Amino acid sequence: MAEINMQTGLILAGILFALGLTGVLVRRNIIFVLLSIEIMLNACGLAFIVIGSAMQEPDGQVMYFFILAIAAAEMAVGLGLVLNMFHKYKTLDTNMLNQMRG
Amino acid sequence: MLELLWLVPILPLAGFVILALAGTRISKKAVSAIGVGSVLLSCIIAILISIAFVGSVPLGKAYSQVLGSWFKVADFQVDFGLYLDALSVVMIAVVTFVALLIHLYSVEFMARDEGYSRFFAYMNLFVASMLILVLADNLLLLYLGWEGVGLCSYLLIGFWYKEKENCNAAVKAFIVTRIGDTLMVIGLFMLLIKFGTLGIGPVMEGVSRLASGSVFCSVAALLLLGGAVGKSAQLPLQTWLPDAMAGPTPVSALIHAATMVTAGVYLIARTHAIFMMAPEVMHIVAVIGAATLLLAAFSAFVQTDIKRILAYSTMSQIGYMFLALGVGAWSAAIYHFMVHALFKSALFLCAGVLIMGLDGEHDIFKMGGLRKVFPNTFRAFVLAALVLAAIPPFSITYNSKDVILNSVWSCGYGSKSLWAAGAVGAFVTAAYTFRLLFVVFFGQVKVKPGGKSSLIMIVPLTILAFLAAISGIPELLSSLFGVKNIYGFLYTALPQVAVRNSLEGREWLMQIFYAAVSLAAMGLAYVIYCHPSRAVEAFSRTFIAANLHSLLRMGWAFEWLYDKIFVRPYIYIARINRRDFIDRIYDGLMNVFEYVNRLFSMMVNGRLRWYVTCIVIGSIIIIGIIIFL
Amino acid sequence: MTIIFYISAVIAVIATLITITSMNPVRALLYFILSLLASGVIFFVLGDPFAAALVVIINAGAIMVLFVFVVMMINPGKRTIEQEKQWTGAKMWILPSFLAVILLAEFIYILLLPGHRFSGHQIIQPKQVGLELFGHYLLVVELVSMVLLVGLLGAHHLSRKSNTVKSEDLED
Repeated sequence: MAEINMQTGLILAGILFALGLTGVLVRRNIIFVLLSIEIMLNACGLAFIVIGSAMQEPDGQVMYFFILAIAAAEMAVGLGLVLNMFHKYKTLDTNMLNQMRG
Repeated sequence: MLELLWLVPILPLAGFVILALAGTRISKKAVSAIGVGSVLLSCIIAILISIAFVGSVPLGKAYSQVLGSWFKVADFQVDFGLYLDALSVVMIAVVTFVALLIHLYSVEFMARDEGYSRFFAYMNLFVASMLILVLADNLLLLYLGWEGVGLCSYLLIGFWYKEKENCNAAVKAFIVTRIGDTLMVIGLFMLLIKFGTLGIGPVMEGVSRLASGSVFCSVAALLLLGGAVGKSAQLPLQTWLPDAMAGPTPVSALIHAATMVTAGVYLIARTHAIFMMAPEVMHIVAVIGAATLLLAAFSAFVQTDIKRILAYSTMSQIGYMFLALGVGAWSAAIYHFMVHALFKSALFLCAGVLIMGLDGEHDIFKMGGLRKVFPNTFRAFVLAALVLAAIPPFSITYNSKDVILNSVWSCGYGSKSLWAAGAVGAFVTAAYTFRLLFVVFFGQVKVKPGGKSSLIMIVPLTILAFLAAISGIPELLSSLFGVKNIYGFLYTALPQVAVRNSLEGREWLMQIFYAAVSLAAMGLAYVIYCHPSRAVEAFSRTFIAANLHSLLRMGWAFEWLYDKIFVRPYIYIARINRRDFIDRIYDGLMNVFEYVNRLFSMMVNGRLRWYVTCIVIGSIIIIGIIIFL
Repeated sequence: MTIIFYISAVIAVIATLITITSMNPVRALLYFILSLLASGVIFFVLGDPFAAALVVIINAGAIMVLFVFVVMMINPGKRTIEQEKQWTGAKMWILPSFLAVILLAEFIYILLLPGHRFSGHQIIQPKQVGLELFGHYLLVVELVSMVLLVGLLGAHHLSRKSNTVKSEDLED
């Protein structure tokens, strides 16, 4: 297939990761925060695939498979928590979550 | 007989230990028996030793007894050594005898006090310390006794500790004498460094080999003088003695009249070799003595508390002793000490009788006409007062004060102005003595007395007054018949006076002069206080007289001066230093920690987005560290 | 073929950018799905068809759909969009962008090391992947399945009606 420089692919992954990070820090709505975390996870997966392809090993895809599974489980639980939060605080403001201190 | 010397200080010490441990558990009679008995035994042994010593003076004019080693550090060895020569013999005889009589007196005086056993314990400790002081053969043991008497003075002045003024007076006495003690210790260190030992014999020998007038001798002598001045309440450390009268009267009699305050005199006499090597310091001693005697005499003239009058009188008489020491008349000073101990303690004990009889009244202008009420006390008081004021016939019998004045006139270091000071002092002494006598015992009876005092109080003070009165007779006999006298005795230990302007042949003239001075003062006191005329009263109301009166009453405002110079600045500095710069370092450290804590507390604020931001920043930093380091 | 890679890369980046700056949650989700599809294309071009299929089926098809369902339940309306506009002002972007740029710079610094490797030489067949998965990594597959089970239970528990423990629940 195409011969892509590994570094180019990894830079792409880095850019996507940075964008996701910005999203996590900037947004106040918890849905967007979770979404940005998804972006970061996806970027990591991309990095794995690129490296795996460069090594010509299937391990990259295997890792991607696992990352995907974990992401799925995490999102399920996370969204359940979001719904709980919505029921309790009637809003999706992250700033409401400020009890973890002391 | 002389081997029993060690018992003399040990017996009162044993008495102290027993009373300190078990005093409150044994009966009052037992306490008196132990307290007085130990001093009685000590006195008997002391007198026997004195007789044995006088009878056959041992080789080298001294007897030494070493009881054991105290400590040994590198090359410096200190023993518990006792040294007996003519000077020590006189001192132990006087100290134990006077202490015995005062202990007998206090059995009655303190009978109703709840601290009875405590009193006798302290008194015994005092007698033991004083005896150690005078018997010590090295300066360190002397200093041990010195500190011991200082401690007992503090304990006994503040004996009735429930009143705050008594505690303040005790602390004041301790602190002022402490200043003198510190100077003395520095002097001891100097001697130790120079000679490697503090034994009195070796030190005296070593000093006499140094050049006369050398800086070392002057400084050492000056420091020892500092110690003596503190203990003996001379200028400039004299402010504690009048306030020390807050203690019970037997304490004032024993400690602050007869014995402790003469420890300074003893010290200078004992270390005379150092002083003789430093003529300027001896001159300073004489000047201090002259100044103090005048200052105290004038102050005594205007006091109204009977014990304060006697306290200032003590200060003045010790000034005479210092004057004698300063001109090199060592024996005269010791002789004066002996006579002074007798009559001053007699006066104090009489005052105690009056105070106790009048239920604690100290003001002499509230007493009056007591010669009919306390006849025995009156007789003893008159005898002692006549000796103090040097009225004939007591002046003809070679009164010790006259001896001093003659020595001042005639010896090498003396000068006419010192003699004049002494003569004026004699005039004022007689004046205040007779003022006291006339005001207290003559005139109208103002306060009715409480009870009669018992024999056990009257007898000691009568004995003391009587002995004071006849103290001049041996001198008289010697000058008339050439019998060996106390002077000759003391010359075995102390050097003679160096005579420059001889008074040979004119001594009878001086005697008449002194007698005239004393009689004139008596007359003055009579005029002012017995039959005050209108002129006298008018004078006493003038501006000058009133201000002078208050100045003299305040002891020439030394207290006020010391307060302004030392106390106020010290308190000010202490107050500033509460938060001084070293404190600020620690406070600053604490403040830094508090600040950092507050900073970090702000980080744990529970806000989710803040936490995420911190995670990101942390990971950036860590990755940065990994890359670049 | 490389041109497809670059086009997809650009699409992915732009779509992600729009995702994080969008005010409307649904719109953001949809753009993210677009981004995911673009990365699926990238995977395919690099010679990993299995991964590409996984992206489309699981990532875009399950996880994102889950997101969409939840957002529908929360029912954001105009009010939410106004709120988002309020919460995300221009000032908020400064610090996060700055931090992200620094992190990116560090990444790129590490990446620019000597040596060139090339990806996408050959296609890696799903069969190979399957052999690896259930051969070498069998244990991890089992563990991941346990994680999925736990996630399932967690999600079920969290979505109960009320979260307070009633006394009736304690009795059994």
